[in-house]
Amino acid sequence: MDQLVALLGYEFVQNAIAAGTVIAIVSGVVSRFVVARNMSFAVHALAELGFTGAAGFILLRLSPVLGLLAGTAVTAVFIGALGVRARGRDVVVGVVMAFGLGLGVLFITLYKGYANQAFAILFGTITGVSRADVLLLLAIGVVTLVSLAAIYRPLTFATVDPEVAEARGVPVGALAVAFLLIMAAAVAEAIQVVGVLLILTLLITPGASAERLTPRPGLAIIYSVAIALLCTLGGILLSLITNAPVSVFVTSLSFACYLLARFVVGPRRRDLRATSRPAESSAGAAVVEAR
Amino acid sequence: MSFERVTLEYGTRRIWSDLSLDIPPGAFVAILGPNGSGKTSLLRAILGLVAPSSGRILVQGRSPHRGDPEIGYVPQHSNFDADLPFRGRDLVQLGVDGHRWGIGWPDPTRKARVDRAVASVDAEAYADAPIGRLSGGEQQRLRIAQALVGDPRILLCDEPLANLDLRYQQTITALITAWRERTGGTVLFVTHDVNPVLGVVDQVLFVVNGRWAAGKPDEVLTSERMSALYGSHVDVVRVHGRIVVVGESTESGFNIEEPHHVPVPVEPH
Repeated sequence: MDQLVALLGYEFVQNAIAAGTVIAIVSGVVSRFVVARNMSFAVHALAELGFTGAAGFILLRLSPVLGLLAGTAVTAVFIGALGVRARGRDVVVGVVMAFGLGLGVLFITLYKGYANQAFAILFGTITGVSRADVLLLLAIGVVTLVSLAAIYRPLTFATVDPEVAEARGVPVGALAVAFLLIMAAAVAEAIQVVGVLLILTLLITPGASAERLTPRPGLAIIYSVAIALLCTLGGILLSLITNAPVSVFVTSLSFACYLLARFVVGPRRRDLRATSRPAESSAGAAVVEAR
Repeated sequence: MSFERVTLEYGTRRIWSDLSLDIPPGAFVAILGPNGSGKTSLLRAILGLVAPSSGRILVQGRSPHRGDPEIGYVPQHSNFDADLPFRGRDLVQLGVDGHRWGIGWPDPTRKARVDRAVASVDAEAYADAPIGRLSGGEQQRLRIAQALVGDPRILLCDEPLANLDLRYQQTITALITAWRERTGGTVLFVTHDVNPVLGVVDQVLFVVNGRWAAGKPDEVLTSERMSALYGSHVDVVRVHGRIVVVGESTESGFNIEEPHHVPVPVEPH
């Protein structure tokens, strides 16, 4: 405990915790929509092409964080322009991802002495962020959350009930592109903690765990944020104590949260089952018997 | 609502040719025809999602425009993920303000509106359960509540009885009829089987391969009119108060798509 308090005095620890908090909140909120819209593969592609962007920016001696953001944003625009409809979207994502990763390989080859930074981007660098990085991550996080808040209701409508949303005048296609850009920012943020390869642990698992805990959409977002915070901050602290990489603990904690939510807490929640319906159940029973 | 020589095209395919029809306020119109005959396209044109390639549609005296609050819409049967954290009442709430920007913080006035709409379709018992865990009939009741919560003047229903067992077909028809009697609203009801709504329909609009026939059910659903529409010999038979349209068999099987009525059993709970 004393060791922990002493650690908290270091600036790099404070930076990591501040950045981790911002990133966890953004990831938790965005994760709910990633899960509801079934966009795991797109998240993965954005992350890998974020890597290409970061590698390119490092080669040009520019900020790797901005490089990540540039990589994910360009990818989001490409995916959005080539196919926003659910059918065929995975194919487009795969096509764009393969080409982008090829570019990443080229950038690594061109840059001498790259290995350390590449490793950091692939597996996370949160204990290495500077105060300037924290402010940059905070700015990206605020813009992301404000944008998402602005489109929250129509995006929910378009996600859950696209036919009626379209009929009510909701711009379903434009919202799909807007959400890809929001995902691009969230991916660039989350890569700071867990890196490119483990991105899904912050952008899928919290949202997937939360939906096992409540049928209320708003509450599910709050649970998702709480789980993302627990995993990120818990991961940073455990890493500081043990000197093992942050990603190891973040992924373990988030997997544990998912298992708990799915097999222990979720099954005990009565509000997640369809409630008993005396008026309808007789008709249902008759049909089942007739089978 | 009126259609003046409306032609609808989808790509190069002509779906409706030269449709002219007046639908007086308060009418219950069944739109009939085989699958793929453009019934849904007609609803989309009324919703302002596709524009006719020629002719004019007037809804309440105006051209159709997207997001018209005067129109309530019940789409074809849709599947909700069983684990989606979204309740029946959340679906109904989308009908109140889902199209607006911003977060939409909890609001007692909105909650009261949603409660009234849920009660009007007798869905209180399961409005708080996850929508993906409800039976098709329960989801359909909540769909009706969602479409009606905005107090529309016109209700468009796309195959609202598909995949429902007979009991639910009657319940859903009764709910729509009750709304129409209470408010004097107009109902356009797309279906491939007219029988469940035969007792309440004022007009039918039957479409086959871009050709159409409209009028009272007894005038349109006759062997002569149907044979002319299909371009081959078709018998319209009345059995036990039900109307069955039967065509001669051709090389590719029957020339009329049989209505498929396989009731989906309600899951045991």
